[in-house]
Amino acid sequence: MAEFRLPAHSAVKKGKLVNRVENAKHVKKFLIYRWDPQEGGNPRLDTYEVDLDKCGPMVLDALLKIKNEIDPTLTFRRSCREGICGSCAMNIDGTNTLACTKPIENIKGDVKVFPLPHTEVVKDLIPDLTYFYAQYASIKPWIELHTAIPPDHEMLQSKEDRAKLDGLYECILCASCSTSCPSYWWNGDRYLGPAILLQAYRWIIDSRDEATGERLDNLEDPFRVFRCHTIMNCTNTCPKGLNPGKAIAEIKKMLVQRR
Amino acid sequence: MQLRSPLARVRGLGAARAGTDEFITQRLTAIALIPLLLWFVGSIIHLARADYATVIEWIKTPWVTVALILLILVLFLHAHSGLREVLQDYVHHEIIKTIAMVAMKFFVITITVSSVLAVLRIALGG
Repeated sequence: MAEFRLPAHSAVKKGKLVNRVENAKHVKKFLIYRWDPQEGGNPRLDTYEVDLDKCGPMVLDALLKIKNEIDPTLTFRRSCREGICGSCAMNIDGTNTLACTKPIENIKGDVKVFPLPHTEVVKDLIPDLTYFYAQYASIKPWIELHTAIPPDHEMLQSKEDRAKLDGLYECILCASCSTSCPSYWWNGDRYLGPAILLQAYRWIIDSRDEATGERLDNLEDPFRVFRCHTIMNCTNTCPKGLNPGKAIAEIKKMLVQRR
Repeated sequence: MQLRSPLARVRGLGAARAGTDEFITQRLTAIALIPLLLWFVGSIIHLARADYATVIEWIKTPWVTVALILLILVLFLHAHSGLREVLQDYVHHEIIKTIAMVAMKFFVITITVSSVLAVLRIALGG
Protein backbone atom coordinates (compact mmCIF):
# COMPACT_ATOMS: atom_id res chain seq x y z
CA MET A 1 0.00 0.00 0.00
CA ALA A 2 0.98 3.61 -0.33
CA GLU A 3 2.95 4.78 2.66
CA PHE A 4 1.12 7.50 4.50
CA ARG A 5 3.44 7.41 7.50
CA LEU A 6 7.21 7.56 7.64
CA PRO A 7 8.93 4.23 8.26
CA ALA A 8 10.12 3.90 11.90
CA HIS A 9 13.76 4.53 11.01
CA SER A 10 12.87 7.75 9.13
CA ALA A 11 10.82 9.43 11.89
CA VAL A 12 12.47 12.76 12.67
CA LYS A 13 13.50 13.10 16.33
CA LYS A 14 13.98 16.34 18.26
CA GLY A 15 17.57 17.54 17.92
CA LYS A 16 19.66 19.98 19.90
CA LEU A 17 20.11 23.74 19.99
CA VAL A 18 23.55 24.07 18.39
CA ASN A 19 24.32 27.73 19.04
CA ARG A 20 22.97 30.92 20.55
CA VAL A 21 23.35 34.41 19.11
CA GLU A 22 23.79 37.18 21.73
CA ASN A 23 23.46 40.93 21.25
CA ALA A 24 21.72 40.84 17.87
CA LYS A 25 18.53 42.55 16.71
CA HIS A 26 17.32 40.16 14.04
CA VAL A 27 17.84 36.54 15.03
CA LYS A 28 16.19 33.80 13.02
CA LYS A 29 15.99 30.16 14.09
CA PHE A 30 16.77 27.53 11.46
CA LEU A 31 15.48 24.03 12.17
CA ILE A 32 17.49 21.74 9.94
CA TYR A 33 17.13 18.03 9.19
CA ARG A 34 20.29 16.15 10.10
CA TRP A 35 21.17 12.55 9.32
CA ASP A 36 24.60 11.01 9.05
CA PRO A 37 24.84 7.48 7.61
CA GLN A 38 27.99 6.85 9.67
CA GLU A 39 26.20 7.65 12.92
CA GLY A 40 23.06 5.78 11.84
CA GLY A 41 19.98 6.07 14.03
CA ASN A 42 17.02 8.32 13.29
CA PRO A 43 17.28 11.74 11.67
CA ARG A 44 16.94 14.73 13.99
CA LEU A 45 15.97 18.38 13.69
CA ASP A 46 18.79 20.62 14.97
CA THR A 47 18.26 24.30 15.74
CA TYR A 48 20.70 26.99 14.63
CA GLU A 49 20.43 30.70 15.36
CA VAL A 50 21.51 33.12 12.67
CA ASP A 51 22.00 36.87 12.98
CA LEU A 52 20.21 38.13 9.88
CA ASP A 53 22.07 41.46 9.98
CA LYS A 54 25.28 39.54 9.26
CA CYS A 55 23.82 37.21 6.68
CA GLY A 56 22.79 37.38 3.02
CA PRO A 57 19.08 37.52 2.09
CA MET A 58 18.48 33.95 0.88
CA VAL A 59 18.09 30.67 2.74
CA LEU A 60 21.22 29.39 1.00
CA ASP A 61 23.18 32.33 2.45
CA ALA A 62 22.07 31.26 5.92
CA LEU A 63 22.95 27.62 5.26
CA LEU A 64 26.42 28.66 4.04
CA LYS A 65 26.86 30.90 7.08
CA ILE A 66 25.95 27.99 9.35
CA LYS A 67 28.35 25.67 7.54
CA ASN A 68 31.18 28.22 7.50
CA GLU A 69 30.84 29.69 10.97
CA ILE A 70 28.80 27.40 13.19
CA ASP A 71 28.79 23.77 12.12
CA PRO A 72 31.01 22.51 9.26
CA THR A 73 29.38 19.06 9.40
CA LEU A 74 26.13 20.38 7.89
CA THR A 75 25.95 18.85 4.41
CA PHE A 76 24.03 20.09 1.38
CA ARG A 77 24.49 20.54 -2.37
CA ARG A 78 24.93 23.99 -3.86
CA SER A 79 26.74 25.43 -6.80
CA CYS A 80 25.58 28.48 -8.73
CA ARG A 81 23.72 30.33 -5.94
CA GLU A 82 21.47 31.98 -8.55
CA GLY A 83 18.77 29.45 -9.44
CA ILE A 84 20.27 28.02 -12.59
CA CYS A 85 21.97 24.80 -11.51
CA GLY A 86 19.21 23.20 -9.44
CA SER A 87 21.62 21.73 -6.87
CA CYS A 88 20.15 23.28 -3.73
CA ALA A 89 16.57 22.05 -4.15
CA MET A 90 15.17 21.23 -0.72
CA ASN A 91 11.99 21.47 1.29
CA ILE A 92 11.94 24.89 2.94
CA ASP A 93 9.02 26.10 5.07
CA GLY A 94 6.92 23.19 3.75
CA THR A 95 7.53 23.78 0.05
CA ASN A 96 10.07 22.30 -2.33
CA THR A 97 12.17 25.12 -3.70
CA LEU A 98 15.71 26.32 -4.34
CA ALA A 99 17.47 27.56 -1.21
CA CYS A 100 19.34 30.13 -3.29
CA THR A 101 16.23 31.92 -4.59
CA LYS A 102 14.11 31.66 -1.42
CA PRO A 103 14.27 34.91 0.58
CA ILE A 104 14.48 34.38 4.33
CA GLU A 105 12.24 37.39 4.95
CA ASN A 106 9.34 35.64 3.16
CA ILE A 107 9.26 32.97 5.86
CA LYS A 108 7.23 33.65 8.99
CA GLY A 109 8.58 32.20 12.22
CA ASP A 110 11.30 29.56 12.32
CA VAL A 111 12.75 28.31 9.05
CA LYS A 112 12.34 24.55 8.70
CA VAL A 113 14.63 22.90 6.18
CA PHE A 114 14.25 19.27 5.08
CA PRO A 115 15.62 17.27 2.15
CA LEU A 116 13.28 16.74 -0.84
CA PRO A 117 10.32 14.62 0.34
CA HIS A 118 10.07 10.87 -0.25
CA THR A 119 13.66 10.52 -1.42
CA GLU A 120 16.42 8.32 -0.03
CA VAL A 121 18.71 10.60 1.96
CA VAL A 122 22.45 10.34 1.35
CA LYS A 123 23.31 12.72 4.18
CA ASP A 124 21.57 15.69 5.82
CA LEU A 125 19.93 17.70 3.01
CA ILE A 126 21.27 15.58 0.13
CA PRO A 127 18.74 13.30 -1.57
CA ASP A 128 19.77 10.37 -3.77
CA LEU A 129 18.65 11.36 -7.28
CA THR A 130 20.27 8.43 -9.13
CA TYR A 131 16.95 6.95 -10.22
CA PHE A 132 15.60 10.38 -11.18
CA TYR A 133 18.58 10.90 -13.50
CA ALA A 134 18.13 7.40 -14.97
CA GLN A 135 14.52 8.30 -15.70
CA TYR A 136 15.78 11.42 -17.43
CA ALA A 137 18.20 9.34 -19.52
CA SER A 138 15.35 7.00 -20.47
CA ILE A 139 13.52 9.73 -22.41
CA LYS A 140 16.61 10.34 -24.58
CA PRO A 141 17.07 14.06 -23.92
CA TRP A 142 18.70 14.92 -27.22
CA ILE A 143 17.60 15.51 -30.82
CA GLU A 144 17.05 12.20 -32.61
CA LEU A 145 17.44 12.24 -36.37
CA HIS A 146 16.72 9.79 -39.17
CA THR A 147 17.79 12.19 -41.89
CA ALA A 148 21.53 12.10 -42.45
CA ILE A 149 22.72 15.66 -41.96
CA PRO A 150 26.31 16.61 -42.76
CA PRO A 151 28.27 17.75 -39.69
CA ASP A 152 28.75 21.24 -41.13
CA HIS A 153 25.03 21.65 -41.82
CA GLU A 154 22.74 23.83 -39.73
CA MET A 155 19.30 22.65 -38.58
CA LEU A 156 17.08 25.65 -38.91
CA GLN A 157 14.08 26.34 -36.73
CA SER A 158 11.48 29.04 -37.27
CA LYS A 159 10.93 31.66 -34.59
CA GLU A 160 7.43 30.24 -34.00
CA ASP A 161 8.78 26.73 -33.48
CA ARG A 162 11.48 28.04 -31.18
CA ALA A 163 8.81 29.84 -29.14
CA LYS A 164 7.20 26.45 -28.41
CA LEU A 165 10.22 25.57 -26.26
CA ASP A 166 9.67 28.58 -23.99
CA GLY A 167 8.49 27.46 -20.58
CA LEU A 168 10.18 24.09 -21.17
CA TYR A 169 13.84 24.73 -21.84
CA GLU A 170 14.15 26.71 -18.58
CA CYS A 171 13.72 23.52 -16.52
CA ILE A 172 16.90 22.88 -14.52
CA LEU A 173 15.94 19.37 -13.30
CA CYS A 174 16.07 20.31 -9.62
CA ALA A 175 13.45 17.62 -8.88
CA SER A 176 11.32 19.97 -6.74
CA CYS A 177 8.21 19.14 -8.78
CA SER A 178 8.66 15.38 -9.00
CA THR A 179 9.28 15.06 -5.27
CA SER A 180 6.17 17.13 -4.50
CA CYS A 181 3.94 14.83 -6.56
CA PRO A 182 1.92 12.20 -4.64
CA SER A 183 1.75 10.02 -7.75
CA TYR A 184 5.54 10.11 -7.90
CA TRP A 185 5.74 9.31 -4.18
CA TRP A 186 3.53 6.22 -4.52
CA ASN A 187 4.68 5.01 -7.95
CA GLY A 188 8.04 6.69 -8.56
CA ASP A 189 9.52 3.40 -9.71
CA ARG A 190 7.32 3.34 -12.83
CA TYR A 191 5.76 6.82 -13.12
CA LEU A 192 8.24 9.21 -14.72
CA GLY A 193 7.13 12.24 -12.72
CA PRO A 194 6.50 15.86 -13.77
CA ALA A 195 10.13 16.94 -14.29
CA ILE A 196 10.97 14.09 -16.64
CA LEU A 197 7.64 14.38 -18.49
CA LEU A 198 8.15 18.12 -18.99
CA GLN A 199 11.58 17.31 -20.40
CA ALA A 200 10.07 14.56 -22.58
CA TYR A 201 7.59 17.09 -23.96
CA ARG A 202 10.44 19.53 -24.60
CA TRP A 203 11.89 17.02 -27.13
CA ILE A 204 8.50 15.94 -28.47
CA ILE A 205 7.57 19.51 -29.37
CA ASP A 206 11.00 20.38 -30.81
CA SER A 207 10.46 20.93 -34.56
CA ARG A 208 13.95 19.58 -35.36
CA ASP A 209 13.39 16.20 -33.70
CA GLU A 210 12.37 13.27 -35.95
CA ALA A 211 11.44 10.73 -33.29
CA THR A 212 8.16 12.20 -32.00
CA GLY A 213 6.26 8.95 -32.59
CA GLU A 214 8.85 6.77 -30.87
CA ARG A 215 8.94 9.20 -27.97
CA LEU A 216 5.15 8.99 -27.59
CA ASP A 217 5.35 5.17 -27.90
CA ASN A 218 7.77 5.06 -25.00
CA LEU A 219 5.50 7.21 -22.83
CA GLU A 220 2.20 5.52 -23.65
CA ASP A 221 1.85 3.42 -20.55
CA PRO A 222 -0.65 3.36 -17.68
CA PHE A 223 2.24 4.08 -15.30
CA ARG A 224 4.82 6.14 -17.18
CA VAL A 225 2.47 9.02 -18.03
CA PHE A 226 -1.08 8.14 -16.97
CA ARG A 227 -0.32 8.11 -13.23
CA CYS A 228 -0.60 11.91 -13.55
CA HIS A 229 -3.97 12.89 -12.08
CA THR A 230 -3.51 16.62 -12.60
CA ILE A 231 -2.90 17.23 -8.90
CA MET A 232 -0.79 20.28 -9.90
CA ASN A 233 1.58 20.23 -6.91
CA CYS A 234 4.30 20.32 -9.57
CA THR A 235 3.19 23.64 -11.01
CA ASN A 236 2.60 25.13 -7.55
CA THR A 237 6.06 24.29 -6.31
CA CYS A 238 8.24 24.91 -9.41
CA PRO A 239 10.89 27.44 -8.31
CA LYS A 240 11.32 28.49 -11.94
CA GLY A 241 7.61 29.23 -12.40
CA LEU A 242 7.14 26.56 -15.07
CA ASN A 243 4.05 24.45 -15.66
CA PRO A 244 4.84 20.70 -15.81
CA GLY A 245 1.12 19.94 -15.39
CA LYS A 246 0.38 21.63 -18.70
CA ALA A 247 3.26 19.81 -20.44
CA ILE A 248 1.86 16.47 -19.27
CA ALA A 249 -1.63 17.47 -20.46
CA GLU A 250 -0.12 18.28 -23.88
CA ILE A 251 1.48 14.81 -24.02
CA LYS A 252 -1.88 13.22 -23.18
CA LYS A 253 -3.53 15.35 -25.87
CA MET A 254 -1.01 14.11 -28.45
CA LEU A 255 -1.57 10.50 -27.37
CA VAL A 256 -5.32 10.99 -27.88
CA GLN A 257 -4.76 12.83 -31.15
CA ARG A 258 -2.86 9.95 -32.78
CA ARG A 259 -5.54 7.38 -31.94
CA MET B 1 22.24 -4.14 -3.08
CA GLN B 2 20.93 -3.33 -6.53
CA LEU B 3 23.06 -4.93 -9.22
CA ARG B 4 20.90 -3.88 -12.18
CA SER B 5 21.71 -0.43 -13.48
CA PRO B 6 19.19 2.33 -12.67
CA LEU B 7 18.44 2.77 -16.39
CA ALA B 8 17.67 -0.95 -16.75
CA ARG B 9 15.23 -0.63 -13.84
CA VAL B 10 13.59 2.48 -15.33
CA ARG B 11 13.19 0.85 -18.75
CA GLY B 12 11.83 -2.27 -17.04
CA LEU B 13 9.43 -4.23 -19.22
CA GLY B 14 8.99 -1.26 -21.58
CA ALA B 15 5.96 0.89 -22.23
CA ALA B 16 2.66 -1.02 -22.35
CA ARG B 17 1.49 1.09 -25.34
CA ALA B 18 -1.81 1.36 -23.47
CA GLY B 19 -3.64 3.74 -21.20
CA THR B 20 -4.87 6.21 -23.79
CA ASP B 21 -8.12 4.30 -24.44
CA GLU B 22 -8.66 4.08 -20.70
CA PHE B 23 -8.05 7.83 -20.46
CA ILE B 24 -10.56 8.56 -23.25
CA THR B 25 -13.16 6.22 -21.69
CA GLN B 26 -12.80 7.91 -18.33
CA ARG B 27 -13.29 11.41 -19.79
CA LEU B 28 -16.17 10.42 -22.10
CA THR B 29 -18.08 8.60 -19.35
CA ALA B 30 -17.52 11.57 -17.05
CA ILE B 31 -19.03 13.93 -19.64
CA ALA B 32 -21.95 11.60 -20.33
CA LEU B 33 -22.67 11.27 -16.61
CA ILE B 34 -23.31 15.00 -16.19
CA PRO B 35 -26.67 15.10 -18.06
CA LEU B 36 -27.60 11.54 -17.06
CA LEU B 37 -27.10 12.13 -13.34
CA LEU B 38 -28.78 15.57 -13.43
CA TRP B 39 -31.80 13.99 -15.09
CA PHE B 40 -31.79 11.00 -12.70
CA VAL B 41 -31.48 13.04 -9.51
CA GLY B 42 -34.10 15.52 -10.77
CA SER B 43 -36.50 12.69 -11.57
CA ILE B 44 -35.97 11.01 -8.20
CA ILE B 45 -36.70 14.28 -6.39
CA HIS B 46 -39.79 14.68 -8.54
CA LEU B 47 -40.91 11.12 -7.75
CA ALA B 48 -40.01 11.25 -4.07
CA ARG B 49 -43.62 11.30 -2.90
CA ALA B 50 -45.06 9.22 -5.73
CA ASP B 51 -46.63 5.81 -5.03
CA TYR B 52 -45.31 2.45 -6.23
CA ALA B 53 -47.50 2.26 -9.33
CA THR B 54 -46.44 5.71 -10.55
CA VAL B 55 -42.76 4.85 -10.28
CA ILE B 56 -43.31 1.54 -12.13
CA GLU B 57 -45.18 3.42 -14.86
CA TRP B 58 -42.33 5.93 -15.05
CA ILE B 59 -39.70 3.20 -15.50
CA LYS B 60 -41.87 1.55 -18.15
CA THR B 61 -41.86 4.71 -20.30
CA PRO B 62 -39.62 3.63 -23.23
CA TRP B 63 -37.21 6.60 -23.17
CA VAL B 64 -36.88 6.38 -19.38
CA THR B 65 -35.96 2.69 -19.70
CA VAL B 66 -33.32 3.58 -22.27
CA ALA B 67 -31.94 6.43 -20.18
CA LEU B 68 -31.84 4.30 -17.03
CA ILE B 69 -29.92 1.50 -18.74
CA LEU B 70 -27.53 4.06 -20.26
CA LEU B 71 -27.02 5.58 -16.83
CA ILE B 72 -26.24 2.18 -15.31
CA LEU B 73 -23.79 1.20 -18.05
CA VAL B 74 -21.98 4.54 -18.13
CA LEU B 75 -21.89 4.85 -14.34
CA PHE B 76 -20.36 1.43 -13.76
CA LEU B 77 -17.94 1.80 -16.66
CA HIS B 78 -16.78 5.04 -15.05
CA ALA B 79 -16.65 3.39 -11.61
CA HIS B 80 -14.57 0.55 -13.05
CA SER B 81 -12.19 3.06 -14.55
CA GLY B 82 -11.87 4.98 -11.29
CA LEU B 83 -11.46 1.91 -9.08
CA ARG B 84 -8.76 0.61 -11.42
CA GLU B 85 -6.88 3.90 -11.04
CA VAL B 86 -7.18 3.72 -7.25
CA LEU B 87 -5.81 0.17 -7.15
CA GLN B 88 -2.95 1.08 -9.51
CA ASP B 89 -2.14 4.14 -7.43
CA TYR B 90 -2.18 2.67 -3.96
CA VAL B 91 -1.72 -1.12 -4.05
CA HIS B 92 1.88 -2.07 -4.73
CA HIS B 93 1.96 -5.75 -3.82
CA GLU B 94 1.61 -7.46 -7.23
CA ILE B 95 -0.36 -10.51 -6.04
CA ILE B 96 -2.73 -8.50 -3.84
CA LYS B 97 -3.17 -5.99 -6.67
CA THR B 98 -4.07 -8.72 -9.17
CA ILE B 99 -6.55 -10.34 -6.80
CA ALA B 100 -8.13 -6.97 -5.94
CA MET B 101 -8.31 -6.02 -9.62
CA VAL B 102 -10.04 -9.29 -10.62
CA ALA B 103 -12.43 -9.14 -7.65
CA MET B 104 -13.25 -5.52 -8.46
CA LYS B 105 -13.99 -6.35 -12.12
CA PHE B 106 -16.23 -9.30 -11.20
CA PHE B 107 -18.07 -7.18 -8.66
CA VAL B 108 -18.65 -4.27 -11.06
CA ILE B 109 -19.82 -6.59 -13.86
CA THR B 110 -22.17 -8.43 -11.48
CA ILE B 111 -23.85 -5.29 -10.18
CA THR B 112 -24.06 -3.86 -13.72
CA VAL B 113 -25.85 -6.95 -15.05
CA SER B 114 -28.10 -7.10 -11.95
CA SER B 115 -29.07 -3.44 -12.25
CA VAL B 116 -29.83 -3.68 -15.96
CA LEU B 117 -31.85 -6.83 -15.41
CA ALA B 118 -33.86 -5.10 -12.65
CA VAL B 119 -34.79 -2.27 -15.03
CA LEU B 120 -35.60 -4.69 -17.87
CA ARG B 121 -37.81 -6.85 -15.66
CA ILE B 122 -39.89 -3.83 -14.71
CA ALA B 123 -39.92 -2.44 -18.26
CA LEU B 124 -40.73 -5.69 -20.03
CA GLY B 125 -42.46 -7.67 -17.26
CA GLY B 126 -46.21 -7.96 -16.94
